[in-house]
Amino acid sequence: MKALMSEKNFKGIPVSDGIAIGSVFCYIPAELTLPVCAAGTVDEEMARFDSARERARVELQGLYNVIEKRAGKEEASIFEAHQEMLSDPALEGKIREFVEIGQTVEQALVKATEELANLLAGMDDELFAARALDVKDVGRRILRILLGLPDTALSAITEPSIIIAEDLTPSDAASLDPNITLGFITAQGGLTSHSAILARTLGLPAIVGMGNGLLDKVSSGTFIVMDGRTGEMIIEPDQETIEQYKQIKAQRESHLQILKAAAEKDALTANGRRVEIAANVGEAASARDAMEHGAEGIGLLRTEFIYLEDTKPPSEEKQYRIYREIFEVMSGRPVIVRTLDIGGDKPPSYLPFPDEMNPFLGWRAIRISLDEPELFKTQLRAILRAAVGHHARIMFPMVSDLDELRRARAIVEAVKRDLELASVEFAIDVPVGIMVETPAAAVLVDVLAEASDFFSLGTNDLTQYTMAVDRGNAKVSHLFQPLHPAVLRLIRQTIDAGHAKGKWVGMCGELAGMTKAIPILLGFGLDEFSMNPRAIPEAKHLIGKLTDEKAREIASQAMSFGTVAEIENYMKGILASL
Amino acid sequence: MAEATIQVKHAVGLHARPASLFVRTASKFSSKIKVKNLTVNGDFVDAKSIIMVLTLGVLKEHEVVIQTEGADADAALGALRSLIEGNFGEA
Repeated sequence: MKALMSEKNFKGIPVSDGIAIGSVFCYIPAELTLPVCAAGTVDEEMARFDSARERARVELQGLYNVIEKRAGKEEASIFEAHQEMLSDPALEGKIREFVEIGQTVEQALVKATEELANLLAGMDDELFAARALDVKDVGRRILRILLGLPDTALSAITEPSIIIAEDLTPSDAASLDPNITLGFITAQGGLTSHSAILARTLGLPAIVGMGNGLLDKVSSGTFIVMDGRTGEMIIEPDQETIEQYKQIKAQRESHLQILKAAAEKDALTANGRRVEIAANVGEAASARDAMEHGAEGIGLLRTEFIYLEDTKPPSEEKQYRIYREIFEVMSGRPVIVRTLDIGGDKPPSYLPFPDEMNPFLGWRAIRISLDEPELFKTQLRAILRAAVGHHARIMFPMVSDLDELRRARAIVEAVKRDLELASVEFAIDVPVGIMVETPAAAVLVDVLAEASDFFSLGTNDLTQYTMAVDRGNAKVSHLFQPLHPAVLRLIRQTIDAGHAKGKWVGMCGELAGMTKAIPILLGFGLDEFSMNPRAIPEAKHLIGKLTDEKAREIASQAMSFGTVAEIENYMKGILASL
Repeated sequence: MAEATIQVKHAVGLHARPASLFVRTASKFSSKIKVKNLTVNGDFVDAKSIIMVLTLGVLKEHEVVIQTEGADADAALGALRSLIEGNFGEA
């Protein structure tokens, strides 16, 4: 314990990562007081409203331009919305009502915006209720112009500061200069408030929801430390605390630099062997996200979203457009398209699902595709057509024996013949493989290799089926352990058997992105790791620290343990030592 | 007067970009246009007012009733219908 405890700790909602150490600037928007004077005629008052509105429009366009340049179109669009509110007929109508009973336009404006903002603020849905702040922001802007005051907002700050405010309107947040703003903390607000989103885009540490009375705890000039990852604010930290946070800040920043550098390069082991790091993706937008995080391909393109968003099966054209868009985003990098993988747990309305006791052991994935060949053929045609000029592969989910695989491949060949007869352009040489996610497939890899060009381990289902555990069942979900020796043996066996037949073996389950598993999988000789895009930089960095020899040692040591606890414990030690 | 009941399928409902496109489209017509959220059974509001359209709280899968009245009533209803049914131009 320290002898003198002058520092005080508070906690809010962390919304944007980063540490800031510095002086506070308390932002208290000026009270706009209404002038006491008689109202003019209705026409005179409304004419003043019109000209203030024009001026506001110009200001908002200016803010839009600044934010568009600083953070992009999406962040700037809030000021488009403000311009729409400015010309809202309901706002003008309400103001006119009040002016017609003899009020000044200032009084009318304050009442009208308050009424409309209250309508929104009272809504149950947080997203809608949050728009009340926008109405108030717009009203305040018009009022300020009517009073002839300049748009000062936060432009008064000249020294690098941490901004502390009751709340920040979108206009306030937009006028933050990222060059002298170290971060901000507000008493109100939530994770989805506009200022929080802007902070993340600008990379500014931010904490919101600190609670009432925040501005009583600090004043401009107070020295504080804020941690945007934990939501902590420390007022008047002692020297020891400051040093400690300076260190954390430096460590985090250099780690971020390292990860960023790792993400930009192809993944290589410490002895220079190329390993493919790919992303699991569920829609076109996340393909872009994957590219930004350094994905070298897509190891699993889920197609379920295309099937579940409508009440009828998706057309070939619609699928073609979606696949094509994703292939183009990945510009020549490999993309593995997994054919329809749905079941009775999430049935689309247009398929005749039976009542099932256990949908995960029921009619799903490749079983549906084989029973509904027209549905299957439509998807295959769309993939084969979209694959022209791209590096695509087709992967079947939940295959458990050779007969199934042969039948599925026969349908692919039939589709190719149809396309050829109809003189439709398609990619003829698309490799076809399977997911290894049933224990049956894992022990039959040498047999399945006859008809599969590659294998990809789906460790989520493989774990569920091997351990006989439903991870959605809270009573048993702790038994869902992808690092269980039984699962690891099946994984090693799959990789060895695949390699013995000269086949490429990847993994697209969650395990592939877990740092505690990556050294073992690398030691097994896994060819490709496909994961959530956000896990990619860390994975690439980790692989770069391991030689193949070291990874093989780690894998064989891990396999010598009989329980998950021992394996996890061993891996914790390994990760700490790297 | 023309009227139609349409389901909104967009993930955010009538909020953000969809709400803005809806109001912008309505504002192109001279007809009086009213809209209400049938799912929560609220009141009709002016479809040309972004604030009032937001107060409807239309979420994904809610149904809205649109009423148009005036010289271009049918055209206005058609335009709003195809905007919503075309999922606001998103695939």
